[in-house]
Amino acid sequence: MVLNTKQKDVSETIIAAVKAAVDAFGANRDELIPILNDINMRLGYIPHEALDQVSEMLKTPKSHLYSVASFYRMLATKPRGRHVIQFCENAPCHVVGGREVWQALQEHVQLKSGETSKDGKWTLLTTSCLGVCGVAPVMLVDEDIYGNISPSEIPSILSRYE
Amino acid sequence: MKYFRSHVLFCVDPECLKHGAHEVMDAFQDELVAQGLIDEVQVLETSRIGACSQGPEFMVYPEGVHYIGMTTDDVPFIVEEHFLKGRIAKKFVLEPVTVVDEELSAPTPKEMRIVLRNCGKIDPENIEDYIAEDGYQAVAKVLSTMTPDQVIDELLKSGLRGRGGAGFPAGKKWQFARNSVETPKYVVCNADEGDPGAFMNRRVLEGDPHAVIEGMIIAGFTTGSDQGYVYCRAEYPVAVRTLNIAIEQARSLGLLGKNILGSGYDFDLEVRMGAGAFVCGEETALMASIEGKRGEPRPRPPFPAVKGLFGKPTNINNVETYANVGQIILKGAEWYSSIGTKTSKGTKTFALAGDLKKPGLVEVPLGITLRELVYDVGGGIKDDNGFKAAQIGGPMGGCLPAKYLDLPVDYESLISAGAMMGSGGLIVLDDQTCMVDIARYFMDFTQDESCGKCTPCRVGTRRILEILERICDGKGKDGDIETLEYLCREIVADSLCGLGQGAPNPVISAMKHFRDEFEAHIYEKRCPAKVCRSLIHYSITEGVCTGCTVCARNCPVNAITGERRQLHVIDPDICISCGICAQVCNFNAVEVK
Repeated sequence: MVLNTKQKDVSETIIAAVKAAVDAFGANRDELIPILNDINMRLGYIPHEALDQVSEMLKTPKSHLYSVASFYRMLATKPRGRHVIQFCENAPCHVVGGREVWQALQEHVQLKSGETSKDGKWTLLTTSCLGVCGVAPVMLVDEDIYGNISPSEIPSILSRYE
Repeated sequence: MKYFRSHVLFCVDPECLKHGAHEVMDAFQDELVAQGLIDEVQVLETSRIGACSQGPEFMVYPEGVHYIGMTTDDVPFIVEEHFLKGRIAKKFVLEPVTVVDEELSAPTPKEMRIVLRNCGKIDPENIEDYIAEDGYQAVAKVLSTMTPDQVIDELLKSGLRGRGGAGFPAGKKWQFARNSVETPKYVVCNADEGDPGAFMNRRVLEGDPHAVIEGMIIAGFTTGSDQGYVYCRAEYPVAVRTLNIAIEQARSLGLLGKNILGSGYDFDLEVRMGAGAFVCGEETALMASIEGKRGEPRPRPPFPAVKGLFGKPTNINNVETYANVGQIILKGAEWYSSIGTKTSKGTKTFALAGDLKKPGLVEVPLGITLRELVYDVGGGIKDDNGFKAAQIGGPMGGCLPAKYLDLPVDYESLISAGAMMGSGGLIVLDDQTCMVDIARYFMDFTQDESCGKCTPCRVGTRRILEILERICDGKGKDGDIETLEYLCREIVADSLCGLGQGAPNPVISAMKHFRDEFEAHIYEKRCPAKVCRSLIHYSITEGVCTGCTVCARNCPVNAITGERRQLHVIDPDICISCGICAQVCNFNAVEVK
């Protein structure tokens, strides 16, 4: 019984998020990416139930929506951790010591790219170039950007996050 | 336009915000009011000035004084000293020697700024600043005195070529779109700057967004379109915000919307954001993404000028191409075509990255030699190491070894040398770089970004990556080089879009110019640059090691043993070749073989 109530709560959150997103951009197939992006921001990822809702409101097959949601890197179809670490593994970062930082980062959080830690704290991802190559190597924790990082700085940077 | 004695530019990049930039800025405003200076000093927001790590930071113009590291408590002192008493508050000034303003450092004599002329000089969030720099004069000139054919003629004569990478003449592109009879037509700006290491479009959008808007209005008028889209990647939130502010301001002054400047011409703009897919920089994929679909390319023809966005004729150019248009209209084709080489006119922005003393954003006339770009503009190689190669043209480009240092940087010369202009990313590699690793690196990038629609690109890039990973891992075998060559050839010939057709380029050029390194990895199981982990071994030199224990304490896998003041030893069976011991050793006692 308790479980059912909980599920109901979750789907209400999802319904509200989908409705808000569709209201903001209009129930228009062309607005699909902004809509999915909005849901992703509100819920942290795009659950299947949300795609069902969008499918109904936009009158578009779910397979179609899923093909879009899974195509773009910034749209997540699986739950993510409380904090998302995005490491830039692009050439300008790579050649100025990014590789060593990436190794240290993986070892520190004990995750590989794309994984989420068991306690739900971290999700580790690589990102496409953030365009701040002047201060490479660069990583992004949630929305905070860190530049000129060295492997030894990883623990102190991550310790700022609860 | 209101005049101010001083302009204070606060950096509001994420790192500065984290250091409390907004709080300090608010306190600053309050203090200006309190000291009666609010009508004399203007406070503005800007993107990073260069010392975010020591933020909050702000810059005072016209003096050009760079203040850093203050808290809200320090604000009254700084305001009183600098703005009331006219003395620099030295305690908070970033010493000029350490100004690391890589992106906007003063131009060297070899540079020339057309596209970047206003970046860092004007407030991008104030349209009046742009108008004061002759902004929107070109739109006025076009709408009141020129016909579309005259604009096209001017562009053709100027020799402006697409700055997105392929270098197609912009005037011709506009002509094709103009000649399409179907309506409505669209104008699209490709701001999906995804090449690693390329951030020139970000700088223009954040620093001078109106120049892009102006170019797009002219393109709309010329091609007969009344709706434009800017497709900007989601990794650039500041650029999107600045652009939206600029569009709103242009609308409020009647420079966008109905009946622009009373000419009867209507044109409006909308910003669309990507969601993280490199392939969306390809024009047909980009348009699919605007339509809300998977960003997959489609075969051309039909070209966008015939069947583009929503199936209608579309003119699509890069940010930098549009940003050039206003100046060409104002100063004339003759002026523009006097810059550059015979076939490559004007200037090009480059994002210099990698092992350079002065990485950052520059704009140079086309035809400059690679040597001038690396040594005069980029300040030379970091730590005075040797130059090994310049990777130019992004992940679809190639690397040029030292023998090409005197190559003029123009569209044709680069192609003939096996690289390409691309959007302007230039990564300089020093002699500590392993070219097999770099080739592996780029292949890792493209196989990840391949959209998966066509087989040669989807499967081929994966196979190349597997072979390169094997080679870097010390498991290369006879015949690998030949297999790589075969795969590269097939992928170039059979792929659907520019991503696949260009994907093997980094591997092809690395194998062409640095074949000996591939052979050393495969046959001698040796990485000449000592980069590939499986092929290098660390040891501690007796006599040099002082037994300070730093290495043992920092080793992540506890592979180092030794008593204090005694020689330390690395156990090769445990060592993972991470190199941390070599980094932390103060006596250079760790040797790499």
